[in-house]
Amino acid sequence: MPNMSMKKHEMPAQAPDVRNKNFSEVALGYDAETAIDEAKRCLHCKNKPCVGGCPVRIHIPEFIAKVAEGEFEEAYHIIQQTSSLPAVCGRVCPQETQCESKCVRGIKGEPVAIGRLERFVADWHNAHSCDLPVKAESNGHKVAVVGSGPAGLTCAGDLAKRGYDVTVFEALHLAGGVLVYGIPEFRLPKSIVQKEIDNLKALGVKVETNMVIGRVLSVDELMSEYGFESVFIGSGAGLPRFMGIPGENLKSVFSANEFLTRVNLMKAYKEDCRTPVFHAKKVAVVGGGNVAMDAARCALRLGAQVDIIYRRSEAELPARAEEVEHAKEEGIVFRFLTNPTAILEGENGIVKGMTCVRMELGEPDASGRRRPVVVEGSEFTVDCDCVIMALGTSPNPLIKNTTQGLDTQKWGGIIADEHGKTSREGVYAGGDAVTGAATVILAMGAGKAAAEAIDEYIKSKHA
Amino acid sequence: MYKILKKKELNPTVTLMEVDAPFVAKKAEPGQFIILRVDEEGERIPLTVADFDREKGTVTIIFQIVGGTTERLNQLREGEFIHDFVGPLGEPSHVEGLKKVAVVGGGVGCAIAYPVAKKLHKLGAEVHSIVGFRSKDLVILEEEFRAVSDKMRMMTDDGSYGKKGLVTDALRELIEAGNEYDEVIAIGPVVMMKFVSLLTKQYGIRTVVSMNPIMIDGTGMCGCCRLTVAGKTKFACVDGPDFDGHEVDYDEIMKRASTYKEFEKRERELACNLFKKEVK
Repeated sequence: MPNMSMKKHEMPAQAPDVRNKNFSEVALGYDAETAIDEAKRCLHCKNKPCVGGCPVRIHIPEFIAKVAEGEFEEAYHIIQQTSSLPAVCGRVCPQETQCESKCVRGIKGEPVAIGRLERFVADWHNAHSCDLPVKAESNGHKVAVVGSGPAGLTCAGDLAKRGYDVTVFEALHLAGGVLVYGIPEFRLPKSIVQKEIDNLKALGVKVETNMVIGRVLSVDELMSEYGFESVFIGSGAGLPRFMGIPGENLKSVFSANEFLTRVNLMKAYKEDCRTPVFHAKKVAVVGGGNVAMDAARCALRLGAQVDIIYRRSEAELPARAEEVEHAKEEGIVFRFLTNPTAILEGENGIVKGMTCVRMELGEPDASGRRRPVVVEGSEFTVDCDCVIMALGTSPNPLIKNTTQGLDTQKWGGIIADEHGKTSREGVYAGGDAVTGAATVILAMGAGKAAAEAIDEYIKSKHA
Repeated sequence: MYKILKKKELNPTVTLMEVDAPFVAKKAEPGQFIILRVDEEGERIPLTVADFDREKGTVTIIFQIVGGTTERLNQLREGEFIHDFVGPLGEPSHVEGLKKVAVVGGGVGCAIAYPVAKKLHKLGAEVHSIVGFRSKDLVILEEEFRAVSDKMRMMTDDGSYGKKGLVTDALRELIEAGNEYDEVIAIGPVVMMKFVSLLTKQYGIRTVVSMNPIMIDGTGMCGCCRLTVAGKTKFACVDGPDFDGHEVDYDEIMKRASTYKEFEKRERELACNLFKKEVK
């Protein structure tokens, strides 16, 4: 019998005034009993609209049926057929605009908590299963993956499952891309990312860290000298934008990338960490995306008061609703329709405030969002001793500049079709390197599509 | 993991290490740098490639013990390993086509100036080296510089070796003596590069400086190493580290370099206590 409750089971979480002082995971996850009960809310629709909402097409009703029966390991194997990083996706996907937005139960009530169930299944597997994944039989072909973020890892996992000899090249000292340097521990524990990467290694994927492709080796060398028949570029969009306003190079002004890298990758939030982080009293975070929320919530946990400065109104915030809600509960103040014009210098080159103007919304722009316009004479000062710029990022030009014949957009994105095919034979690309800063799951979807295309390309070459 | 094949104390606070890093050695050029992490908990620090041997697959780094991380690095012995060692990073120095150059090195900056002087010499340029140290016991790479220089000026602040005075005194003297340089390349403390640039600006001599701001990733993804050059923001790790010395905002760089002073002091003390050494 299905469970006909209109609401999904609440996600147990740390209380706001407790969690805003620690870096432990906010959401605590379902227990087995709750997961089984939630799974019973699935109606097993014939046409499975939820699957169409998932960029990697997880067999959603099938895995949920196994959860309802208490067969968690079997549920995991169903998810794993199409997704390489379920513990990550269950946590960071915006399910409200993807799988869950298509759920029939969502028409009259709340949709089935697909993300939470996926997370439960993956965590259950990681905690209970000792089975090593079965390595596919080698097909003798070598593929290189540049970048170990969500796109690269998904592509690598899918190719390994098809028998390819895959090597992932990562510039930093740890694999995971934005999953390790960007998304904070309290949203995505790093031990979970590591576990997912270990799962990929068990499938036979090799990971080479400290390898900056474009400096130490070029894409051409990977193909000509090292025998990789195809290369997937999943190098992301890591180049931070600044506003170009006065005072932006004062010493307590940071890009969100720098601040988050110090806190997450280098673990500067830990007392005995060797990488320093600036401990501010009052932080202004400029921007309204998920990165802005992450930076703000990290700064709060390091002991600062935090304002988010956003030039549009609440309705246009690009961040996930859940993250905005969490940020508010934790005590972060939102200043909407506000735009910085200058950062003010105090003693020793440290920030003492920021001049802002009020904005109002005018006509819709190319993106369909109403364009913010300055209200004349509305200048005022926001007090702060630290500014974090979370204005978005663009692709790093290193690979573009060192790969002959690789066509890119004016803004630096690699030009690739929906299968990831670029202007260079055998070279595929996907994720933020192609689209500019987007979401984890879209990157995974692109990695998946490219894996399929690479497989076809190599097979056709040897046919 | 990257094995330390050779370790040599160049002076009481400066150490040379030859590291087994074939991928870095294969591509490294003078002017480029590496980022290393001493151990699992370590921070990432940038160090310039002081030399490399493509055949042996080794890269030489020279570092001054200035804080916690360099103290810990200096505790490693021959045969031990550096946890992470990534590079080459940054743009190589552009020295092709130069006929006559003054290379100015200050303190441990000489370790960065040396490979540039060596390459210039190899390319057939006339190289005048001016190297400056606080005192005699801090002198490094003297023989190496002599071997690649047509003229060499050794300066010490206290006059304990070479000539007493600053590198700018020697540079002024050489310019006044009628030496016409295509370029002056200055590498050392920011304040030294600032004053070299101020001097050469008077004579209208093109000047290149090598910047050493705080870095984390070294690949252009964070902007921690940003600086203002000719009024524009640049990232030293990808656009540099070499910049036009007459266009750099030195005062901003000096301010930015002090961001973590307190933390660094504490780290230094921690590391020194760990190895039972006096904090200087």
